[in-house]
Amino acid sequence: MGLLDSLKEDLSFLGGFKVTLEQMTKPRVTWQYPLEKKPKPARMHGRHVLNRYEDGMEKCIGCELCAGVCPADCIYVRGADNPPGDPVSPGERYGFVYEINYLRCIHCDMCVEACPTEAITETKLMEFSFTNRADAIYTRDELVVGDDGRPKQLPWEDWRPGDDAHTSAWMRATAPGGAADYEGRVQWSGELGYGVRAPEGGQSPNRDDAATGMRPLREVLTLHLDDDERTAEQRGLQGALRRLRHRVELQRELLARRGRGGEA
Amino acid sequence: MISVLRALDPLYNPGVHWAELVIAVIKVVVAFGVLLVSVMLMIWFERKVISDMQARVGPNRAGPFGILQTMADGVKLFFKEDLLPERADRFVFKLAPYLSLVPAFVSFAIVPIGGVVTVAHHTFELQVADPPIGILLLLAMSSISVYGVMLAGWSSGSKYPLLGSVRASAQMISYEAALGMTVIMVVLLGGTLSTRGIVDSQAHTFFASWNLIRTGIVPFLLFMIAITAEMNRPPFDLVEAEQELVGGFHTEYSSIRFAMFFLAEFMNTITMSAVIVTLFLGGPDGPRFHFVTWLWPVLWFLGKTLIFLFAYVWLRAALPRLRYDQLMDLGWKVLIPLSLGWVLVVAAVLVGRWWGVAVILALVAAAGLLMRAVRVGSTRRAQMEEVVG
Repeated sequence: MGLLDSLKEDLSFLGGFKVTLEQMTKPRVTWQYPLEKKPKPARMHGRHVLNRYEDGMEKCIGCELCAGVCPADCIYVRGADNPPGDPVSPGERYGFVYEINYLRCIHCDMCVEACPTEAITETKLMEFSFTNRADAIYTRDELVVGDDGRPKQLPWEDWRPGDDAHTSAWMRATAPGGAADYEGRVQWSGELGYGVRAPEGGQSPNRDDAATGMRPLREVLTLHLDDDERTAEQRGLQGALRRLRHRVELQRELLARRGRGGEA
Repeated sequence: MISVLRALDPLYNPGVHWAELVIAVIKVVVAFGVLLVSVMLMIWFERKVISDMQARVGPNRAGPFGILQTMADGVKLFFKEDLLPERADRFVFKLAPYLSLVPAFVSFAIVPIGGVVTVAHHTFELQVADPPIGILLLLAMSSISVYGVMLAGWSSGSKYPLLGSVRASAQMISYEAALGMTVIMVVLLGGTLSTRGIVDSQAHTFFASWNLIRTGIVPFLLFMIAITAEMNRPPFDLVEAEQELVGGFHTEYSSIRFAMFFLAEFMNTITMSAVIVTLFLGGPDGPRFHFVTWLWPVLWFLGKTLIFLFAYVWLRAALPRLRYDQLMDLGWKVLIPLSLGWVLVVAAVLVGRWWGVAVILALVAAAGLLMRAVRVGSTRRAQMEEVVG
């Protein structure tokens, strides 16, 4: 080994300067979370809602199957006979007491699978941090959807209008693992006309990404792709400009929001 | 009036016009304020640039682009409880932060920021003070800041701060030798110890007359490395190596005293960048234009300083921390011999051309012999190990 080679090896740490300088020009992968929310995964498990039929009747029949199947033992249900004059649910019985303790719930979705009437489903709401043990226990009044079919927003819950989209719709628990026969077919039902989701497209060309809140990977990771792999509108100088404009808009929104009293 | 001033300051010279006193006071206050504000911006700048280099976002919540983050941190530190360890030496513990902070201020006082300005018939230099021993003051102050770190660690009455401060004092003393050597070259070339004189001696042609070129770049690099070690900045921040020493010498410090150490560190970074610019890059030297003539030197000075501030952040992002033995190797086996040799060369060339050639040849021969000796030694040792193993 020559002197030059050993010197080269000794000074190889100078490569760090190149790496760090290159990194400065690369885009950040960070999402500005409260401002910029990722589209949530199609099958995300958030907080529960108790659904109702289109006529306003509650779906829960107080059978306690959800409580029985719950591995975390966080659901407490007591059924009661429907009052004859003023029934709460169609049929004989209804969920008289329904409580979920979110200090215990692990969002495994087994209650949803167990429910025979699709009464309990999980929404995609996940911003419900409470500061009080009593608030952790969601009661029936809090879980049941409102007359418009939307989940009720409780005082400590911090989700914005629109975050509750795709809520109150039941997805078949045993969804086919991408079998071609089921592609493009709706596999969940909407309640009170709200929260009906477009079918998940899978690989098929007729998928409706806007409706399902999904985005193709090519679009999500566009910053990290080579230019020829990008979608048509993200390609070239025009695409770069579009991305830049998006960034500027985000920054402006951040500043505007701070001006309004620092809710971020 | 004069008797009052005499009582306050025995050295007061009654011949001094009152306006000159006012100017001196204004210069001190402005330098103090500018330095504090620039420390605030420097901390923000460092956090932002280093987060860019690490593919992070960095502070972005307080003010536009997070520029007020330092202010927020400072206010937070102010309101924290000021802890004093039970086994601490109370007086020294309280004194140490000031011993780090004051030298950083004083060193900045000798840096010429701009040229000569005339306001209302009073001509003065854009520089807090121009003592005839300017550069010695710098060396003295950097020695005093060793005390700040050393005493902070010692007076904490705790083991990690003590270890950190022992490291710090060993490191700072080792690198001060190389630092002094490189400064000697600049002094030899300029023929003066005053910073103003050094800057003036470089101001003939842009770039070519700077000490950076005149001393042959190597002293500049040596000075840069030595000063980084002197400031305990990465990659020489063994003093506060979190993985080994918790926080190092300031482990036991909290609240405003901790903030003072932090302030001192960043103020040193700014001051030393300014000193490098003064010694090697001609200070405020640069092309100037005919409108607002006083502004251009200041802008040149700021621009050059900013380059070094970025360089320090870059160093921090790019280089891993040195091991203690590597640190000592670099200081004693590389920087000191190299700076000593280079001083000889510079001095010899100043005496005469033949002297210079002779000294260079002698040094090359000596270096060759030394290398040969080291090689023979290492092969012998390898052979011995082979036999033993």
